[in-house]
Amino acid sequence: MEAKKISLFDLVYKYGTVAVIVIVMLVFSLTNPYFFTYDNIADILRSISIVTFVAIGVTFSLIVGGFDLSVGSTVSLTTVVTASMMVWYEQGAVVTLVVPIVVSLLVGLINALLVVKIRIPDLLATLAMLYIVNGIHMTYSKGYSIYANMPMSDGTTAPGKFQQWYLWLGQGEILSIPVPVILTFLLVVITHIYLTYTRQGRMLYMTGGNLEAARLSGIPVDRYRTLAYVLSGLFAGLGGMLLAARIGTGQVSSGGSMLMDAVAAAFVGFSVFGAGKPNVFGTFVGAILIGVLLNGMTMLNLPYYAYDIIKGVVLALALAVTYYQLRRKRRA
Amino acid sequence: MTHLQMNGIIKHFSGVPALRSVDFEVKGGEVHALLGANGAGKSTLMKILTGAYQADAGTISLDGSEAAIHSPQDAKALGIQCVYQEVDTALIPYLSVAENILLDQLVQTKAKGLINWQRLYSQAEEILQSLGFSIPVKKHVEACTLSEKQLILIARATVQKAKLVIFDEPTAPLSSKESERLFQIIARLKQNGVGIIYISHRLPEIFQICDRITIMRDGRNVTTKKTSETNLDEVITHMLGKSFAEEFPKVQVPIGEPLLEVTGAAGGKVSGADLTVREGEIVGVVGLVGAGKTELARLLFGADGMEGGKVTLKGRQVHFRSPKDAVEAGIVLVPEERRKEGIFVEESVKNNLSVTTLAKWSPLGFIRRGMESGHARELVNKLDVKTADISQLVGFLSGGNQQKVAIGKWLGTECDVFMFDEPTKGVDIGAKSDIYRLIGNLVEQKKGVLYFSCEFQEVIGIADRILVMFEGKIVKELSREQATQELIMYYASGGE
Repeated sequence: MEAKKISLFDLVYKYGTVAVIVIVMLVFSLTNPYFFTYDNIADILRSISIVTFVAIGVTFSLIVGGFDLSVGSTVSLTTVVTASMMVWYEQGAVVTLVVPIVVSLLVGLINALLVVKIRIPDLLATLAMLYIVNGIHMTYSKGYSIYANMPMSDGTTAPGKFQQWYLWLGQGEILSIPVPVILTFLLVVITHIYLTYTRQGRMLYMTGGNLEAARLSGIPVDRYRTLAYVLSGLFAGLGGMLLAARIGTGQVSSGGSMLMDAVAAAFVGFSVFGAGKPNVFGTFVGAILIGVLLNGMTMLNLPYYAYDIIKGVVLALALAVTYYQLRRKRRA
Repeated sequence: MTHLQMNGIIKHFSGVPALRSVDFEVKGGEVHALLGANGAGKSTLMKILTGAYQADAGTISLDGSEAAIHSPQDAKALGIQCVYQEVDTALIPYLSVAENILLDQLVQTKAKGLINWQRLYSQAEEILQSLGFSIPVKKHVEACTLSEKQLILIARATVQKAKLVIFDEPTAPLSSKESERLFQIIARLKQNGVGIIYISHRLPEIFQICDRITIMRDGRNVTTKKTSETNLDEVITHMLGKSFAEEFPKVQVPIGEPLLEVTGAAGGKVSGADLTVREGEIVGVVGLVGAGKTELARLLFGADGMEGGKVTLKGRQVHFRSPKDAVEAGIVLVPEERRKEGIFVEESVKNNLSVTTLAKWSPLGFIRRGMESGHARELVNKLDVKTADISQLVGFLSGGNQQKVAIGKWLGTECDVFMFDEPTKGVDIGAKSDIYRLIGNLVEQKKGVLYFSCEFQEVIGIADRILVMFEGKIVKELSREQATQELIMYYASGGE
């Protein structure tokens, strides 16, 4: 009797998230014939591509036992910076790509400085950075979204516009697969291989698993934690750049909602296939779950403001399963 | 008169038997030792008695009537108290000593309204005084030392009207003076008709204070004897299931050139420490709890900042800013706090064993899984780690096997000096002898060993030279031939 109960739970734990996605998709497909079409599935994947970038960044900070709350602000900042490079300063491809990347790396480095060197608890340090980076993005954009032909403060109109090649990153297709979806798959595969099959990936996990034991095993833990925050900043930055390409403007405060979606995706990912720890593949599945729910709810014409309730419930359920499992593991 | 009877207790974890029908009996007014190697099932049996686990089958009766114990509250209500080995799990760090001692009373009190702090403190004061402990009652528990925490737990257990008190490795963190006082307290409880279950790896004290001994092995109770009718050898034989000719065999190895030379090492509590370790030599560093042994080990390993002194490794002066520097130079540490510092409980045996040598198994940065697993399997066999598979999480292993993993991770490195900080703490005799054998192997390969311990007898058995620490200083060097427990105690407690 006992043994049977355990195996049922293990089943739920391992495949619960995936099962929920399948069930949700089934329900939506039955209620709306458009749901399960290629166009709509491509749409869902396109819509989650940016969140997936950000969520993978969050996953890196979780792996080393940290947390990065500043990713949403970093998305906002790099979105307007990228737009300004093209619209305000008429820069070519190199500058347009390099400047926002450098900016996001800097945000990651400062996070690392605060958490790793100055030893401020991660939540508090990155909370401070959330405000600082958000403030910088507002100050830099003067609170206005950046778009072609926008009026400048000196009365003229903005000289540049979004370049076609850049918009292609967010809106183009290759063999009728959206480019951002291809980029997302690439990122998921590369980071998954990095974390699972390389020495550095293992060391990141060991550092998060037991910081003191890792240090006493001769692992340069401060370096790995720094790396994780820098990568977190970088992926948030790439997310912001992709966002600019997708909407074709430098939308102000566009990253605000990204933080919570990314965190939810990463935590839902804990429970995917029973990993019990942060992992890229799970994070991707978590992002898909959120995307499917949002898409389905839109089709069902649920009020927009109710979405957060559903997202919150999903997150609470995933966390409940993860922590219930952890508790069982610790007790045994 | 209290009379506890546990019959046919069976317990499985995920299908693996931990207890296979155990019978156990304790009477009021006796001190009953529960012995067994790690993994024998002592802790599981006690957790069933205290309500932390539920037995799959079997009955527990107290004073002739069946005791339904479904939770720790049930056990406490029946008068079953436990002084846990892992003190931090039973104490609330940011509350005061007084609140922790009177915790059950505070929680269970029916009286509504305000806490009478004056009375709380004076009550706690009284309890501590009656036990002969001196700890400030307003001190926060997080600021207490390990031995103080242990004393707080003992005080808490005696507050309650206990019929039965379980002591799980109570003397591990205590100095010998504090241990003596604990034995007096146990004697007093015994006179009051309380039944005592006493779990310890220190066999001499078992023979000093216990009336009867029950020995467990592989989830069964093997035998129960009156202490007066048995002896050390017989007990060890029962625990191991085989005879144990010599408890601590010492490997004889020719001693070679100096490997590690330290002069005037200082930092934190430690000052002016001079020492030398040669090839094939085991140097014991002994002292009472709090003498600065762990601090010295961490200093030499680069884990804490060194404020002064000179360290030479194989003739080359070195300065470690982090453990990484120390490992690269060839000196490693097996730390005292195994679970916190030595192992990764939520990682597999394989990942634990390869954490120090992963660079070898990952040319070009990618891990070659075959090589990594081969290395892990080799170590598991060599160390005789009891694990189902190398993918098992280390957190599921017994203490002794966890320790073997904590040591094993260093064996694949090219290190010359191995430091062990209390490597046999909370480890059963079987694993202990494995650890001694391993240290013997190391010195046979001309490695140098620094062995930090507060178990004098152990150090006398294993070390070539013994350094005695007192208040952060090395106060005396003794040769193996000179050293006796009495002599070490004399210097360790500040004798000139």
